[in-house]
Amino acid sequence: MATVKIPPVLRAQAGGQAEVTAEGTTVGEVLESLVASHGELRGQLFSPDGELNRYVNVYLNDEDVRVLDGLDTAASDSDTVVILPAMAGGRG
Amino acid sequence: MATTLDQLEQIKQRIEMIDPAAARDEIAAGVKVIDVREQHEWDEAHLAEAVHVPQNEVLERIEDVAPDRSERLILHCRTDNRSARVADLLEGVGYENVAVIRGGIVAWQEAGLPVVQPEGLTPEQRMRYSRHTLLPEIGVEGQLKLLGTKVLLIGAGGLGAPAALYLAAAGVGTLGIVDDDVVDESNLQRQVIHDTRRVGRPKTTSARETIEALNPDVKVVEHNTRLDASNILEILEPYDIVVDGADNFPTRYLLNDASVRLRKPVVSASILGFEGQISTFVPYEGPCYRCLYPVPPPPELAPSCGANGVLGVMAGVMGLLQANEVIKLAAGIGEPLVGRLLLYESLGTRFTELKVPRDPACPICGEDAREIPPEEMGKFPDYELFCGAPAREPTPEAV
Repeated sequence: MATVKIPPVLRAQAGGQAEVTAEGTTVGEVLESLVASHGELRGQLFSPDGELNRYVNVYLNDEDVRVLDGLDTAASDSDTVVILPAMAGGRG
Repeated sequence: MATTLDQLEQIKQRIEMIDPAAARDEIAAGVKVIDVREQHEWDEAHLAEAVHVPQNEVLERIEDVAPDRSERLILHCRTDNRSARVADLLEGVGYENVAVIRGGIVAWQEAGLPVVQPEGLTPEQRMRYSRHTLLPEIGVEGQLKLLGTKVLLIGAGGLGAPAALYLAAAGVGTLGIVDDDVVDESNLQRQVIHDTRRVGRPKTTSARETIEALNPDVKVVEHNTRLDASNILEILEPYDIVVDGADNFPTRYLLNDASVRLRKPVVSASILGFEGQISTFVPYEGPCYRCLYPVPPPPELAPSCGANGVLGVMAGVMGLLQANEVIKLAAGIGEPLVGRLLLYESLGTRFTELKVPRDPACPICGEDAREIPPEEMGKFPDYELFCGAPAREPTPEAV
C-alpha cells in the first residue's frame, strides 16, 4: 500500500483527501487502484489510451517517473507517489 | 594623543616632511606608505600602494606592518596633522626613519597624482546593510554585488509585492517591475507593497513609491505594460535575473522561452489556496520551465486565485523564497533551487522537495533544440493557442 499525495485541485474528486493509500507494485497499478476508488480522477490523470496525461507530473518519492520506468516504476509500501499538475495562480 | 597647536607645530618642525612628488618617487622605488585616515576616508579614495592603518590602530599593528624599526616609512593623512602626530608617536617607540607627506592626500591629488577610488559602500550604506555585511558569506563584496544587480519582476502582485519589498530592503540596486494593473482592495490581503491610499493607481507606481521610501539606493524601473512576444526580448535584455510572479500560463511559457534564449535565470513560483511551488531555472545549467511542465493543464485543473482563493501569507512565504533565491544568485552564495522543485503546504506546514531533470527532448533547451538564430529571435508561437485559452480581455478584478 503506497501513499499517494493528491494535489489541491484534485482533492474534491478524491473524497476531499490530501493523502490516500493505494494497492499496487508499480506506479501504474497504484494509480489504477486510486482511480478505481475515485472514478472521476481517471480523466484527469489518464488519456483515453491509458497513458499518463502530459500535463500531470507523477513522482515516486522525489523522482519524476518519466526518468524512471514511467508507469512501470516499482512502488513499495514505504514509497510515496506524488501527483503534481502545474500551477499558475493569479488569473489562471 | 591630544596636543596643543604649538606642540603640533613643533612636531612638524622636527619630523621629516616631503612633497607629494618626492613621496611618489620613493613609493615607486618600493618604500612603504601608510595611510592613517579613517575607514570611510579610505573608502572614498586612497593611494594604490598604501597600507591602511587608521591612526588609533597604529601602535597595535605597526610591528606587523613594519617589523624592522629602521625601515623607511612614509605616512600620510588628509592634510598632515594626524600623520605628523603618528610620526611623532612612532619615533617615540623607536622608528627612526619616518617621513610625512606634506599636505597629505589633498596635496597629492592637487599635484595631479593618481588615487584609487574603489566602489565601496558609503558610510550610510555601511550602516544600512551592516546586518548583511556582518555575514561572512555576504560581506561588503556581496553587498556590492547586490547593489550592482538588476532584477526584473514579472508582476507586482501576490508574489512580486513581497519579493520586491525584500529585494529593495536587501539593496538590490535596480528593480524593474512589469505590471499593467491598478491596485484593488482585494489585493491588500497579500500584496503588501501597496496600501489603501493607492487603490485605483497603477501597481508599478505604487510599488515604486514604497520602495523609494524604504531604500533610496534602489532604482525602480516601471514597465506599465503586459509582456508579449513583441516586447519581451527588449524588456528582458538589460536585467540579470527575473522573478516570475505571472498570473497565467501563456506568460510563463513566453517568459521561459525568452529567458532561455537570452540566458537569463528565472526564479519561478506560484501559489494557490494553501500551497506554493518554487524553482530556479538557470538556462542550460538546469531544467527550464518546459522541462518541468511540457504542456499546460486544462483550465479545470488550473483555477485562478480569484476563483479558488489563496492564503495571503502564502504570497509572502513564496515571494520571500523567491527573493532568497535572487540574493543567492546575485551574491554567488549557497545553493539555489536549480533542478529542484520546492513545494510548501501551509496547513500542515510541510516542505517537500522534488527533483526536476533537464529534459533532453525539451523543444527549448534540449539536445536537439536549435540555437535560435538572430533573425528568428522574437518570433514566438501563439502562446494563447498553445495554452488553449482565448485571448484575454483585461478585467478590473479576478485576482
